[in-house]
Amino acid sequence: MKRQKRGVPEGLWQRCPGCQEIIFRKEAERRLGVCPECDYHFYVSARERIRQVLDEGTFEEWDMQLRPTDPLEFVDKKRYAERLVEEQARTGLTDAALTGTGMIRARRVAFGVTDSAFIMGSMGSVVGERLTRLIERSTAEQLPLIIISGSGGGARMHEGILSLMQMAKVSAALARFDSAGGLFISVLTNPTMGGVAASFAALGDFVFAEPRALIGFAGPRTIKATLRIELPKGFQTSEFLLEHGYIDRIVPRSKLKSEIARTIDYCGK
Amino acid sequence: MEIPTPGLAFEQPIYELEARLQQLLRPENHRPGVEEEIRKLRRELAETMKHIYDHLSPWETVQVARHKDRPHSGDYLALVFDEFVELHGDRKFGDDRAVVCGFAKLDQRKVMVIGHEKGRTYKERTACYFGCAHPEGYRKALQKMRLAAKFDLPIICFIDTPGAYPGIGAEERGQAWAIAENMYEMSRLATPIICVIIGEGGSGGALGIGVGDRVAVLQHSWYSVISPEGCAGILWKSHEYAARAAGALRFTAKDLLDFGVIDTVLQEPLGGAHRDPHQMATRLKVYLVKTLRELSALDRTQLLQERYEKFRRMGVFLEDTAPTTADPTPT
Repeated sequence: MKRQKRGVPEGLWQRCPGCQEIIFRKEAERRLGVCPECDYHFYVSARERIRQVLDEGTFEEWDMQLRPTDPLEFVDKKRYAERLVEEQARTGLTDAALTGTGMIRARRVAFGVTDSAFIMGSMGSVVGERLTRLIERSTAEQLPLIIISGSGGGARMHEGILSLMQMAKVSAALARFDSAGGLFISVLTNPTMGGVAASFAALGDFVFAEPRALIGFAGPRTIKATLRIELPKGFQTSEFLLEHGYIDRIVPRSKLKSEIARTIDYCGK
Repeated sequence: MEIPTPGLAFEQPIYELEARLQQLLRPENHRPGVEEEIRKLRRELAETMKHIYDHLSPWETVQVARHKDRPHSGDYLALVFDEFVELHGDRKFGDDRAVVCGFAKLDQRKVMVIGHEKGRTYKERTACYFGCAHPEGYRKALQKMRLAAKFDLPIICFIDTPGAYPGIGAEERGQAWAIAENMYEMSRLATPIICVIIGEGGSGGALGIGVGDRVAVLQHSWYSVISPEGCAGILWKSHEYAARAAGALRFTAKDLLDFGVIDTVLQEPLGGAHRDPHQMATRLKVYLVKTLRELSALDRTQLLQERYEKFRRMGVFLEDTAPTTADPTPT
């Protein structure tokens, strides 16, 4: 992506990671970040997702005052504390999840979204806490809950065991929400893996997935390295999981908002 | 000379002293003054062992937790309980050997025990995938735990797994869904649950039977978001950095206590649980009996409220610039 062809202004065209075609960026944007040639669903940021799914101007962010810290004083090739500052500057986010409330076709909902650009969208203490507060508030205010996951990283390694515990914390909050009769629609996007897949993302009353998203517990590279075999074609995709019974519907991005609205309507919420 | 095989590199001084002691104990080596020498050597051995085990690095702790003679769930089932009645199958797909479940008697109390099993012989170890459970293992555990709640039996979980199994079948059968559902249901099962990490607490595979009213670890166990090898592979791009990753992840018993993730560290016998499984089992039994008595005194509403708050508090973040831990919401 760094080398641009001469005469082509940067950003006017882009290459589709799905079909490798050069496509007109404006056209892809008009289609909500979907390739006009092959229907590949590009990455969209958390903010962009809010624009796509919620009614215009209705989003009100909650718990933005929460900030990640570095309880382990974790250092790999870089200090985690430094990494956080860099990721925040690069993405404009304070951590990998945004939560709040907004309207979907004039219905008020509690809404959370993880952004796979921020340390792979992994869940540390802030993501876990924001989601738990979101779930608790939707329990108290009896709001339908929508969480859109985009997390290749699962539980965040840099916060160690505290990240793992977020899985239990969020799942326990969802169990209470469920016991109180709440409606939870979980939307899986590319990629949803590891500790995020194995906690809130899997626990929806309804689980939707965007087409051809990578979804699973163990990463394909880990499985390949452990078993030393080639993985079957289409393994761990939305379509694979639909076939095995783990997803209710595969929903293209253009239909996501209306499908969520319809489900809320069916459930009388 | 007998050399214990395969030994741990950092235990080499222990093996040498043990070998010298064996020599002295032989009848043909008996001579005046040998008793005094043996006494001295025994003292030296105990001191060396204590010194080594008091200063285990995180990576050495991992090796102790994986020691081939370390007691597994099956050993504690035999040593801690008076009876064990195994219950098989998840009612959906199969019977995963990496998870054992069944009724057991702890003194006079009837309980349900769930435990990861790694196996001892090569045949057993391959049959249970070295303690890596498939979705059917987690579903078997959940089905038995639901029975326990229905019939008012407390649940005891022994955690000992490198991680949930990463494989094609496991993904086809919804590994992520199985683990998520276990945490979800365990958080609201109306019966006391005690979890003990007896060796390896590998990631979601451990947490899949790890949500309870009390969580304890044996002194030389580890419990982590990812295995040191897995972490090294992702962050350093090579498994050779496993020792460094082990240090960075802060997953030893002391760290877990500091982070408020566990309630109790159970001291192991000198030189690790594998040197004296009977003593370890006795300590474990004392802990389980005492804790079960405490939990049984709580009414179910209070029990579930406290369990919720226990996990609700976990996490460290900044709010209004002051470091805080997560506060349980008032209910």
